[in-house]
Amino acid sequence: MPQEYRLILKHADQPGYTPDIACYLRHGGYEALKKAVATPGRELPDGKKQSPREVIRDEVLKSGLRGRGGAGFSAGLKWSFVDRRGGKPIYLVCNADESEPGTFKDRQILHKDPHQLLEGMIISCWANDVKLAYIYIRGEMPRGARLLNQALDEARAQGFLGKNILGSGHDLEIHVHRGAGAYICGEETGLIESLEGKRPYPRIKPPYFPAVLGLYMAPTIVNNVETLCHVRHVVQLGGAEYAKLGTPNNTGTRIVSLSGDVRNPGYFEVEVGKVTLGQLILDANFGGGVRPGRSLKAIIPGGSSSKVLKAGEKFKLRRKGADGQMTQVEVDLLDLPYDFDSLQQAGTMSGSGAVIVMDDSRSMVDAIANLSEFYAHESCGQCTPCREGALWMSKALHRMTSGGGRPEDADYLRDIAQNIQGRTICAFGEAAAWPVLSFVSKFREEFAERGKADEAARAQGLSRSGTHH
Amino acid sequence: MAFSVPAGLEAELEALVARYPQKRSASLMFLHALQEHFGFVSNEAVEWTAARLGLQPINVLELVTFYPMFRQEKLGRTQVKVCRTLSCALAGASELRAQFCTRLGLDAGRHGPQTTPDGKFTVEFVECLADCGNAPVVMVNDDLIGKCSGADCDRVIAKGQ
Ligand SMILES: Cc1cc2nc3c(=O)[nH]c(=O)nc-3n(C[C@H](O)[C@H](O)[C@H](O)COP(=O)(O)O)c2cc1C
Ligand code: SF4
Ligand code: FES
Repeated sequence: MPQEYRLILKHADQPGYTPDIACYLRHGGYEALKKAVATPGRELPDGKKQSPREVIRDEVLKSGLRGRGGAGFSAGLKWSFVDRRGGKPIYLVCNADESEPGTFKDRQILHKDPHQLLEGMIISCWANDVKLAYIYIRGEMPRGARLLNQALDEARAQGFLGKNILGSGHDLEIHVHRGAGAYICGEETGLIESLEGKRPYPRIKPPYFPAVLGLYMAPTIVNNVETLCHVRHVVQLGGAEYAKLGTPNNTGTRIVSLSGDVRNPGYFEVEVGKVTLGQLILDANFGGGVRPGRSLKAIIPGGSSSKVLKAGEKFKLRRKGADGQMTQVEVDLLDLPYDFDSLQQAGTMSGSGAVIVMDDSRSMVDAIANLSEFYAHESCGQCTPCREGALWMSKALHRMTSGGGRPEDADYLRDIAQNIQGRTICAFGEAAAWPVLSFVSKFREEFAERGKADEAARAQGLSRSGTHH
Repeated sequence: MAFSVPAGLEAELEALVARYPQKRSASLMFLHALQEHFGFVSNEAVEWTAARLGLQPINVLELVTFYPMFRQEKLGRTQVKVCRTLSCALAGASELRAQFCTRLGLDAGRHGPQTTPDGKFTVEFVECLADCGNAPVVMVNDDLIGKCSGADCDRVIAKGQ
């Protein structure tokens, strides 16, 4: 039976483990930072020379580390896009906005082991010549913000921050910046605007790629909390060694947030791709299955923005055989390895690592109505298709959940969603459209039945609410 | 009563400004601090912030009206934020909010934040609080209550009376 593999959360839940620096140091804390700043430069087989900082960046690239915030983009590659020639300061921002519904992993790190995040950040800043960095923490985590401020003071007192870190000649300051309850602040360019003291209206890419035109129009690295923690372990283990964790192209561990209709909801750190979706939900040492007498109906596999998966679905995955040939295999939903590539091939994504489970007692109309209300509320309003579309979908679904359903609602919702995706400034448009598209196509009969039943009830004059929307 | 910011708080805010290459960046942190002190963000607080940061009042007001955590009127002393998003909804968030409302004499059928006439409580629905494994989740002032039960609801109300 697959087990948890705790790398990031190795100590966090041990009895007596506390978030202060003394405890962190007792557990080997800041050793990776010391190792990083003492890294010698090296010459590659082709004669190319790497500075110590380039060595660390190269190790991160080799580790295969992919972003844990949502998009799963290679951290090393992202760092390689940073404009280092323009002469502007380079900033780093830790995305601690954690607002994707279903996700509660960064919370564990921030509250139980803040120094691990700081160590990962300091190494990342050192490797990228960053002298000023911020942690953007969501406003609803006031205790997390206090803990981080305490941790920063402690790190400063120990010489891990401030002038001439560990005698390396590198100066660095990190500050905590609090958000104020808007989901769109999690989108990296919205986050940057918010950090500049403005409304968090996302910027259009191109040209505003943070690596080139980020905070104060200077090159900026935005990484998720968990991603930055992994950097510490990449340095500790070495890139190649780290890459042995997990599976090829899906390396390392990740913290899965499991919620909804399972007996044992919670967070589980696993090697990426070594555990299947079915094991996460059913195994006794993970979710423990649905409640007695219930059966699985649907899984949202990567945060509320990912496309829903239906119990019994089968997928065609490309797999590399022992002979190196690519073959296609049919895989049942529950046998999908929980990794970036498999879920993408299944037409969805592992996103923020948040799995929401629903059993057969749940109405899919009610579920997507709930999520649509979230997106309608959180659209920043800059793009017409997103602002209007998210609201229309939510209103139509509200009508459906209050007795005003119509047989053609599934098509109506699909049309609105299709007119949002691909027509907006930021990926929130897709985040709002994809859940709706997947729910209405995979649970089409349920929407049709609800519509027909409501229509019949109205014909008999039984309806409580009108037919307008 | 004239609007005045205590010297200690003002010094704290000055120190915040120094954390950013551009003053404007400090506006959210100013608003948090002022809201914490005064209980809400008044027009005077907006103007005061704008003056300190070299901004027009509208630059600050548009933040107060956009970011859900900032409030333009005084809220209850005990603020109850019930998470309404999917995982919590599956765990009975609607019933939980209704229970808070009913026990406090508020209208469970009404949308938006509601404050009791005695100014002791505000109850509202908010979006995912990032603790979905402990659904249903309620935030009471700065504290999070996971797996919030009817008994927890009673305790919160008793404490806030
Ligand atoms: C609407 C929206 C919301 C997002 N919310 C978050 C979030 O709360 N936390 C986060 O780390 N990334 C979030 N992201 C992803 C960020 O834009 C960005 O890709 C990420 O922080 C990069 O870090 P990573 O490469 O380490 O994953 C969001 C993206 C979108 C489009
Ligand atoms: S897609 Fe939506 S959230 Fe993103 S910029 Fe446009 S309106 Fe704002
Ligand atoms: S859905 Fe309620 S805390 Fe996430």
